[in-house]
Amino acid sequence: MNQENINENINIEIKLLLEAIFTKYGYDFRNYSKAHIKRRILHRVSASNLNSISEIQHKVLYDKDFFEIILRDLSINVTEMFRDPSFYKHLREEVVPILKTYPYIKIWHAGCSTGEEVYSMAILLKEEGIYDRTQIYATDFNKLVLQAAKEGIYPINKIKEFTYNYQKAGGVNSFSDHYTAKYDSVILNKSLKKNIVFAEHNLVTDNVFAEVNVVICRNVLIYFDKKLQNRVFNLFEESLIQGGYLCLGSKESLSFSNNFNKYTIISDKEKIYKKKLGI
Amino acid sequence: MQYQAIVIGTSAGGLNALKIVFSSLHENFSIPILVVQHISSHSDNYITKFFNNLCMLNVKEADEKEKIEPGNIYFAPPNFHMMVEEDKSISLSVDKKVNFSRPSIDVLFETAVYAYCPALIGIILTGANNDGAKGLKLINDNGGLTIAQNPKTAETRTMPQEAINISKTNNILDLEEIGKFLNKIDKDQKKILKNLN
Repeated sequence: MNQENINENINIEIKLLLEAIFTKYGYDFRNYSKAHIKRRILHRVSASNLNSISEIQHKVLYDKDFFEIILRDLSINVTEMFRDPSFYKHLREEVVPILKTYPYIKIWHAGCSTGEEVYSMAILLKEEGIYDRTQIYATDFNKLVLQAAKEGIYPINKIKEFTYNYQKAGGVNSFSDHYTAKYDSVILNKSLKKNIVFAEHNLVTDNVFAEVNVVICRNVLIYFDKKLQNRVFNLFEESLIQGGYLCLGSKESLSFSNNFNKYTIISDKEKIYKKKLGI
Repeated sequence: MQYQAIVIGTSAGGLNALKIVFSSLHENFSIPILVVQHISSHSDNYITKFFNNLCMLNVKEADEKEKIEPGNIYFAPPNFHMMVEEDKSISLSVDKKVNFSRPSIDVLFETAVYAYCPALIGIILTGANNDGAKGLKLINDNGGLTIAQNPKTAETRTMPQEAINISKTNNILDLEEIGKFLNKIDKDQKKILKNLN
């Protein structure tokens, strides 16, 4: 069989696998970036010593534990504290002063993965003196990463990078004030978790659950196709109060979406947008 | 063969090497080029600025979902993997590092194979690790054209040497030859197209 036929068959098998996952478990990856899905699935074929993608399909349908492995393969679990420090600096300098004018602040962190960026936000708000009147909703579709996020324990070898980011992000204290080191881990201070609710929410299939001042969703939309991106942008627009802020990842943009005219740009580089009044 | 894209991977010494290759490309060179240059995750966009000043083509940092067009050189953004979709657009990802690298050369090459092979040219230049070797082999195995910089004249020889060992590429060229080689391919395939029309 020639290479072109093999590739065609791989693509058919992936399509069928994604249909099977959606029909059986309700997780919808059909509008994800195809290159991303293909890479992950082919890696699973070789990592689990399987002969074909169709074998994955069979195992996924009959073996719930194997499905959990695939779910982990397909989700994006790489993040760090204060990822893109200049974003957090900008947030601190340009957005926080406005947030301070509200008596009560609600923030939705969509696709929070293992929680590093949620705690970064909590630290920032704490240092700015408004954490006590903030409620953070941190959501992800993957139970396993949410569990890790709730724990707030990270490997100690990451601390150097986290500390560097924290300082670059305009941190006003010493980063070590916010955690305790124990053996090979750092445990974030309990007080940071006080106003965070971790919950399952799937951007692809679930709906609005709260009205919030800020939506943070960084490096999630890059995995979605245009159609799915627009669905999610609608979801964010419905969730934001007038004058609320939408924060995206450094390579994501609202510019080409249907929702663009509903926002003003606060920072093009940091991808911070403000929902217009009267919308 | 009408080649539709060129993928290039390099790390240590890459800026100087790319400078020599890019500055020799003629101004209407039309095969799009995608580049992974290993770089610190905290760097800004100085690379694209630097190259835009010294080459005739449009050099840019890749945006997500951007269509790959002739006459452009796309660099993977720092701290993102760059992938090619089969509809010839670019996807970015923050997946785990591959070969201790993000962007990783193997990730670009692997996805480009599915989108373009056999109409793909893969090139490995100077560098200090083995990222890209597997990817170059994959391009070779799928009928694409592969080139490695001559390790003897490379600023850092590990990466092209590994790529040669693993991919068995026959095209081992000095930097000065690579630009000429690509110019000739581009010119020849334009001629063929012209004759067809």
